[in-house]
Amino acid sequence: MILDGRKPPLPSADKRWRLVDAAMRRNGYRPQGLIETLHAVQEAFGYVDDAALRFVSQSLQVPPSQVLGVTTFYHQFKMKPQGRHTCVICTGTACYIKGNDRALEHVQKTYGVSVGGTTPDKELSLVAARCVGACGLAPVVILDGVVVGKLVDEAVQARIREWLKT
Amino acid sequence: MTNEELLAVMEQERQAKGQLKYCVQVCSSTGCASSNSEAVAAALQQQVKEANLQETVQVKLVGCMGLCALGPLVEIERVQIQPGAPPDVLLYQSVTPADAPDIVAGLASGQPVRRLRLEMDDPFFTRQTKVVLAQAGRIDPERIEDYIAEGGYQALFKALAEMTPAEVIEEVSKSGLRGRGGGGYPTGLKWNTVAKVQSDQKYLICNADEGDPGAFMDRSILESDPHLVIEGMIIGAYAVGANKGYVYVRAEYPLAVKRMRQAIRQAERAGFLGQNICGADFSFNVEIRLGAGAFVCGEETALMASIEGRRGAPRPRPPYPAASGLWGKPTLINNVETFANVPGIILNGGDAYARVGTEKSKGTKIFALTGKVNHTGLIEVPMGVTLREVIYEIGGGIPDGRRFKAVQTGGPSGGCIPEQFLDTPVDYESLSALGSIMGSGGMIVIDDSSSMIDVAKYFMEFSKEESCGKCVPCRVGTAQMYDLLCKFSAGEATEFDLRLLEDLCDLVRNTSLCGLGQTAPNPVISTLKYFRDEYLAKIKKPEEVFGVAARANGRAPGQVEQTA
Repeated sequence: MILDGRKPPLPSADKRWRLVDAAMRRNGYRPQGLIETLHAVQEAFGYVDDAALRFVSQSLQVPPSQVLGVTTFYHQFKMKPQGRHTCVICTGTACYIKGNDRALEHVQKTYGVSVGGTTPDKELSLVAARCVGACGLAPVVILDGVVVGKLVDEAVQARIREWLKT
Repeated sequence: MTNEELLAVMEQERQAKGQLKYCVQVCSSTGCASSNSEAVAAALQQQVKEANLQETVQVKLVGCMGLCALGPLVEIERVQIQPGAPPDVLLYQSVTPADAPDIVAGLASGQPVRRLRLEMDDPFFTRQTKVVLAQAGRIDPERIEDYIAEGGYQALFKALAEMTPAEVIEEVSKSGLRGRGGGGYPTGLKWNTVAKVQSDQKYLICNADEGDPGAFMDRSILESDPHLVIEGMIIGAYAVGANKGYVYVRAEYPLAVKRMRQAIRQAERAGFLGQNICGADFSFNVEIRLGAGAFVCGEETALMASIEGRRGAPRPRPPYPAASGLWGKPTLINNVETFANVPGIILNGGDAYARVGTEKSKGTKIFALTGKVNHTGLIEVPMGVTLREVIYEIGGGIPDGRRFKAVQTGGPSGGCIPEQFLDTPVDYESLSALGSIMGSGGMIVIDDSSSMIDVAKYFMEFSKEESCGKCVPCRVGTAQMYDLLCKFSAGEATEFDLRLLEDLCDLVRNTSLCGLGQTAPNPVISTLKYFRDEYLAKIKKPEEVFGVAARANGRAPGQVEQTA
């Protein structure tokens, strides 16, 4: 690890690294910008891998252990590539009371994917959200960023089936 | 911007509005946006253009109108010629883009579209008292001019020009405002403590890490009226002498983040943020910090650790943030709704504010009313209203002819309140006395189809997952309690498990480091208190227990050993 104040080179010619670097520059390469930087990495690459951890650690002069600690502490950061589709099932109280626990179980069983995991064919990632704050529409599932509300059991299962065909 | 310029913008906006006959307002908050409200707005705009009504009809996107379950909502406001006349509004529910031609035709003919119309005399509308949410759903949250037209930033001018910081604090103290994040600590007292500390650098934090599942008040305020929060923050910074502010907002709320960013930029351009605000000797800047999905970051010391770029682990208090907060400097930290109450207090005076509410809980409170209730959505009611009024009148009762069983307030830190206490007034003290808390404002109605053990288990799983792991009672205790609740849920528990569960509730509550652990047993304690029967029904009788043990040995009790 470099501690002499020199900034490390970008890990590769991939242009997305510049976005990450820009995020760090905005915070003056100060350690306090760590979480913002990890957000930038995740936004650019979809997940945070070892190369990114090392690069961020050296650029911000934060020990790798702390970068890893922060990355694993917060639910938002993913350390594995996500599938082609992402299904977010809200497990907030309102959605739970209205039966989203069954939707979660259904997706896990039907598609053979665990919460936070991705199917082996990299088609579908399943995320259980804490609460997306759209409780008025409970129960809520988010299919590739599109919020789908008020569908229970059969209806939501059919919707997910249709969505995966596209 | 000077006061004169502010008034000029206000006048200009009023005149522009005076040219109009109708304002068509389409909700664009997360709830309605998910039901395609932007397409509705576009279709309406298109129809207005085709009917050649652009001169007299304005279509605009606004914030949350409250009744999220019936979205997308469209409000038609007939612009009043006489100032001060009562507003003449119509509300349409569940509008689709296909409804746009009828709605616009209705504007031309003056005949409302009956099939979409929502009765405004419903208790959902008439029983609410909108103070903080007064402009939510009426102004365009992406335009600072809309906020100014409704009297925005006048409280800031009043504070800066006519009041000393001590007088601002005095006014807030007089109002009796208490922290809306759930704790209920008197805001004036907190401000006073921070103001008294001598330091060249003080910070101010707006806590918008609304982690309680089933709560979306802060999201709605940020999405619907972001400048109100910013104005409250600036006044707060002036009162305590802070020069740098942070809004810590959940990354799960992309629209709120976007609107807040935009609002901060607008406020900077108008000179409400930055150096020498409004010509006064006072400088203040605000930055947004994104959360990253950790419930514990709603706890103030954990939140500050997160702003510093570290893991969101809380630390023991004292020292309180007022003495040593962000980077060891004195820090004022308040919830979104608390700040949103401030401009009104400064403008109308603390005494006027204190006239609403109960003796110890003043003002209004916003609740996210969800679960098994007809009108799910966002409501604002005076403190002291009863739970029955909220659920049966404003909420419209329980759907599908089912029976009310309990109402859960305060999220994972709160408790479940059964039917016999429905006439309890909603204020900080009454809810605590029942073993629940006011919390940030989530109110989830549970009907008789849910098992209370499963509800307790649900919350315990949440607390177990979200425990940061720093202190043992919370990390291990919540996991143990969760395992015990699973046993109850599966009907495998014994009398001993019940005793163990009660002991653990006591231990985790009294020995955890921060609020998360200290309040995590609340859902269990309250369900044990009010729904003990359900737990007892799941306990195995001794003979059943021995039966299980015997079966494990390959033999049921009383069964004669069979010879193969």
